[in-house]
Amino acid sequence: MNTPKYSQFRAMMALAKASLASTLKSPSAVVFTLVFPLIFIVVFGFIGGGAFKMDVAFDSHIDKGSPIYQGLMASHSVNVIDDKTDEQVQSDLEKGKIDAWLNIQNTQTQGMPHYVITVKTSKASADKGNMLKLILDDIVNKINLGAAPQHQDIAEMRATEVSGRKYSMIDFILPGMLGFSILSTGVFGTAFVFFNLRQTLVLKRFFATPVNRIYVVLGESLSRLVFALAGALVIIVIGYFIFNFTLVHGLVTVLNMLILSAIGLIVFLGFGFIISGLATNDSTIPVFANIVTLPQFLLAGTFFSISAFPVWLQHIAKILPLTYLNDALRKVAFEGAGLQDLGKELLILTVWGIVIYIAAAKTFRWE
Amino acid sequence: MKSEANRIIQVKNLVKQYDKLVAVKGISFDVYEGEIFGLLGPNGAGKTTTLEIMETLRDKTSGEVIIDGLSVDKNPSDIKRIIGVQLQAAGYYPSLSLMQLLDLFAGLYNVSINKNEVLESVALKDKAKAKFKELSGGQKQRFSIATTLINKPRVVFLDEPTTGLDPQARRNLWDLIKQIRDTGTTIVITTHYMDEAEVLCDRVAIVELGEIIALDTPAHLIDNLISKGFERKTEVKQANLEDVFLSLTGHEYRE
Repeated sequence: MNTPKYSQFRAMMALAKASLASTLKSPSAVVFTLVFPLIFIVVFGFIGGGAFKMDVAFDSHIDKGSPIYQGLMASHSVNVIDDKTDEQVQSDLEKGKIDAWLNIQNTQTQGMPHYVITVKTSKASADKGNMLKLILDDIVNKINLGAAPQHQDIAEMRATEVSGRKYSMIDFILPGMLGFSILSTGVFGTAFVFFNLRQTLVLKRFFATPVNRIYVVLGESLSRLVFALAGALVIIVIGYFIFNFTLVHGLVTVLNMLILSAIGLIVFLGFGFIISGLATNDSTIPVFANIVTLPQFLLAGTFFSISAFPVWLQHIAKILPLTYLNDALRKVAFEGAGLQDLGKELLILTVWGIVIYIAAAKTFRWE
Repeated sequence: MKSEANRIIQVKNLVKQYDKLVAVKGISFDVYEGEIFGLLGPNGAGKTTTLEIMETLRDKTSGEVIIDGLSVDKNPSDIKRIIGVQLQAAGYYPSLSLMQLLDLFAGLYNVSINKNEVLESVALKDKAKAKFKELSGGQKQRFSIATTLINKPRVVFLDEPTTGLDPQARRNLWDLIKQIRDTGTTIVITTHYMDEAEVLCDRVAIVELGEIIALDTPAHLIDNLISKGFERKTEVKQANLEDVFLSLTGHEYRE
């Protein structure tokens, strides 16, 4: 009797299908891959539209007729706090809840208006305090110049603004959230799943069938890849249609982002394999998984650029694989970079991939 | 009369050693096609180890195992295609339905099956859409056995299939096992239940500390013991308490 040759591919696809069905029924998988990142995107998406504002307490007798006051209000950069007592203002200043206190008084001398501006700022909100002083300085200079036109200018400033794509917060956050989603799916999903498959002897039952061990891993990985990319697509679509996420080259950009996500996922799956092999019981998995994901979540430029960090922390950030995935995603989405422009990021991800899979091959356990 | 040609499994001088512990100490036996062959003995006797070596799930230290002419050393993948395996306490993707799980195993064995027929044969047709984790113990065992039949195997290996089941479920599982044998499939079963071995097995090997200390049909083993002058201490009644329970509660499937 001629039995047809056994197809590992067919077995692998059956496994991928079952694994995907199983993942879709798992609430935690959906939460980490989709819900969590989307919540951040929604929150930051809505914040993103906000402009720069300072909280300034005005003295109750502030001269609202003065050109300084009017110039300041016209800049739309002040949030007026006028419902606090002097003690509250002092205490709020010290705590940094208010950025500055302001008084403008007209002390007329010799029939000419003379405005005295009193500004109180605090070390607790030095940035915004300095901002206010700069704005006031600018206004004062313009008024003084206007009053003495015969004064010869030694220096003048010409300012022009380059028109560019509007870079809003969503453009920074969404790629970061996408990277986070890929990282979570790769690490948590794989670690838990393989650990449980091994413990509950599901793997052992598979090994009694003619399927090759590697194809079991491939089938599971394929299912995780499909799941992660579907999640990525949902995130991108929601970002684009609801929050005006910038996709410079439209569909091509989406495709490039999905390819990057796939590469990132394959690298991160390796972490998952290592953890599933090293974990001795259910409760050590979250520990290992968080050690791998949390530092990257915080340091890899997920929420804000790593240039905000002190230099020593930047060095650490520049070792993490997620940093490069996030950077690559941003370049593709906002700068329209093609895959060929991402040599550095792809190289580092590949190196990480090789290192991780060598370690995974050594630590992964089949039973 | 069973001839050499009917031997579907040959085990010769099988040894399994773990570091200092020798779990299987050089056992030999044959299994004839179409019989239910039992490995009977207490826990730790080496029955499961022997079974797993035959199932190609465990390496042996030395010896030979031939199944349907195939060697476990040289052709393990070919053996996997023609055997069915039911593991002690194995799991499946818990959230998947029985239909989905059958699809999975059909793919793993590269066969097309009629899922309803398979479920019907183990009386689980009405649970087709139920998730595996929702099944009772007896139903899970029945489903496990269903997965062993997907590839229409020559030999089915069952590792302690009725452990943890209530009397109804045990009896019904015995009937199922006999039905499978009646279709021409050879069955190798391990058990530590003496009554199970007596009811099910055409021949049984008694395993103790990694060695076979007796191998024969249950009837012969019992006759031999009695002919040595053995007498049961308590009076043997025509029925026992299990019979009472079953006659009171009914013989059909409880779940």
